[in-house]
Amino acid sequence: MAIFIGEQTRLVVQGITGRDGSFHTRQMIEYGTRVVAGVTPGKGGLTFDGTVPVYNTVVEAVVEQEANASVIYVPARFAGEAILEAADAGIELIVCITEGIPVAEMMRVMPFVQERGARLIGPNCPGLIVPGVCKVGILPGQIVLPGRIGIVSRSGTLTYEIIFQLTSAGIGQSTSIGIGGDPIIGTDFVDCLRAFEADGETDAVVIIGEIGGTDEQTAASLVKEEMNKPVVGFIAGQTAPPGRRMGHAGAIISGSEGTAAEKVRAFQENGIAVAERPVEIVDALRAAL
Amino acid sequence: MNIHEYQAREIFRSHGLPVPDSVLAESAEQAREAAARFGGTVVIKAQVHAGGRGKAGGVKLASDPAEAGEAAEAILGMEIKGLVVERVLVAPAVEIATEAYVGIVMDRASQQPVMMVSPEGGVDIEEVAATKPEAIFKEAIDPRYGLMPHEATGLAYKLFSDPALAKQAARALAGLWRAYERADATLAEINPLVSTPAGEVLAIDAKMNIDDSSLFRQPEIAAMRDEGAEAPSERRAREAGLSYIKLEGDVGCCVNGAGLAMATMDLVKYYGGSPANFLDIGGSSSPEKVVAALEIITEDPSVRSILFNIFGGITRCDDVANGIVEATGRLDLNVPITIRLTGTNEKEGVKILEGAGFEADTDMDRAVQRAVEVAS
Repeated sequence: MAIFIGEQTRLVVQGITGRDGSFHTRQMIEYGTRVVAGVTPGKGGLTFDGTVPVYNTVVEAVVEQEANASVIYVPARFAGEAILEAADAGIELIVCITEGIPVAEMMRVMPFVQERGARLIGPNCPGLIVPGVCKVGILPGQIVLPGRIGIVSRSGTLTYEIIFQLTSAGIGQSTSIGIGGDPIIGTDFVDCLRAFEADGETDAVVIIGEIGGTDEQTAASLVKEEMNKPVVGFIAGQTAPPGRRMGHAGAIISGSEGTAAEKVRAFQENGIAVAERPVEIVDALRAAL
Repeated sequence: MNIHEYQAREIFRSHGLPVPDSVLAESAEQAREAAARFGGTVVIKAQVHAGGRGKAGGVKLASDPAEAGEAAEAILGMEIKGLVVERVLVAPAVEIATEAYVGIVMDRASQQPVMMVSPEGGVDIEEVAATKPEAIFKEAIDPRYGLMPHEATGLAYKLFSDPALAKQAARALAGLWRAYERADATLAEINPLVSTPAGEVLAIDAKMNIDDSSLFRQPEIAAMRDEGAEAPSERRAREAGLSYIKLEGDVGCCVNGAGLAMATMDLVKYYGGSPANFLDIGGSSSPEKVVAALEIITEDPSVRSILFNIFGGITRCDDVANGIVEATGRLDLNVPITIRLTGTNEKEGVKILEGAGFEADTDMDRAVQRAVEVAS
């Protein structure tokens, strides 16, 4: 069953006619994802690639095609509104790939999403993939392998790197999920760890953190208190200077808070084996299983 | 984005905060003139993007225009945490009865702005938080309603028991919230908010950080960027759409994705090297971006080895390969390049590189080790 997505997922793509939206829609369909609709205001009535009906609004996609999940590829200045629209239309799972949404806007979006009972993944994330079944977002399908390891990460390409290391070593994955590099995100480590703990198809979890904020510390406490499955970790940014934003809007050490050393310590103190290099995650997993 | 104190003061004033008059001076002469105009004792403050200006000697009192000139002379050109002071703020000195701290920060965990106040102002608030946490009072602000009047009043009475002072402080807190919200700030701070013996509440310092992602809808604030405070290489990178931070080492790193870029720097250190920079060429990387990245890295004289680490996803390996070939043809490179390339269109990328006489590895650890070796 994996987590958050699967065979039951009926996906609507918001921004399906854009450059990124159209490219990744084709990739998702090719991978096996059921893309049931697209939305681009003003392009309602068109059919994308001759197979996917396009609507002006998300609610039409829900009514006409029973869409239950959405993925957002629209530019940053419209993406906050796109999240609100999806939540308002009753979409249960909203995955926002877009980077650069103002923090103040996300602070107003989040309470609405929660009131509507929707789950938001991202923004500024690569999405998620259940190997061999379904992918929502931009994770490359060719590097994954079906299996029983869950991966949750704040990063994009670093996640690919670690998936690739696992796959090369013959270790398959149940679900890989990128939760996003922004300071305000819809789904955090804790949500994903709980879902993996409850998932009958996951045996162990890899958690990939980075500098900035205290999400890793909160996650570490949860692992100790609530999890029976082994968890191994990696933290990026040992060499990052304080006070500088390392690409991701959320990757910044402010004052004495959010350093890599602090996060590594929190992991180790709570029973999470920490790999010093990405490649060591393979050995850490083998030792834990 | 950081803005200077004098800019934050302007924003605060426009939202009704009680900020005393001040003048910006770029020379001792201008500081003297300003002091003469204000009369009496003035304070001269360095305008740099760094905390601890007072401790560094960047804040001085002057009792007359001549002294003000001397103080400005001493501060201008001074280096504070590696930043050269090019401007000073001149303001009339204020008689201080009490000093409080007030600030608003974006709190990631609660996903809300949080207002913090403390009667222990005028010192580093992180120190107060560490040594005397009971002296800090917090109120989470629901961004849909903003700071409500009763919240502002409640916090104001934590600072002042005198109703006349508390009333002024509550107005100042409301103004601070307006400034924070309208400017799309991630931090707005007054340290200290003082009361005077005459019974006035005044904001005699101002600090703001602005959310980079909001600059597209804040053109007036975007124009406040102090390009002189940015390293020239960082400015060029920003204009080219690259995320670049200069560091102290000698292995230049060019990576796609921020997380992988950090992990690459860490791996350079693991193998005994030292990264010269953080550089994320971003998602859909065109050859032009790669050319710009390579130019910026090679302009750093301390770089002795260049490492590409590309994991193709949206980024196509052939685009990066074309960029490398194009840039190396155009630039006069005398630094060895190590390339790690894997993922989308890997075969095409490797072919392009080999055609131009480069080797490409698919293993990250091996590539990083080699890049560190050739740097030493």
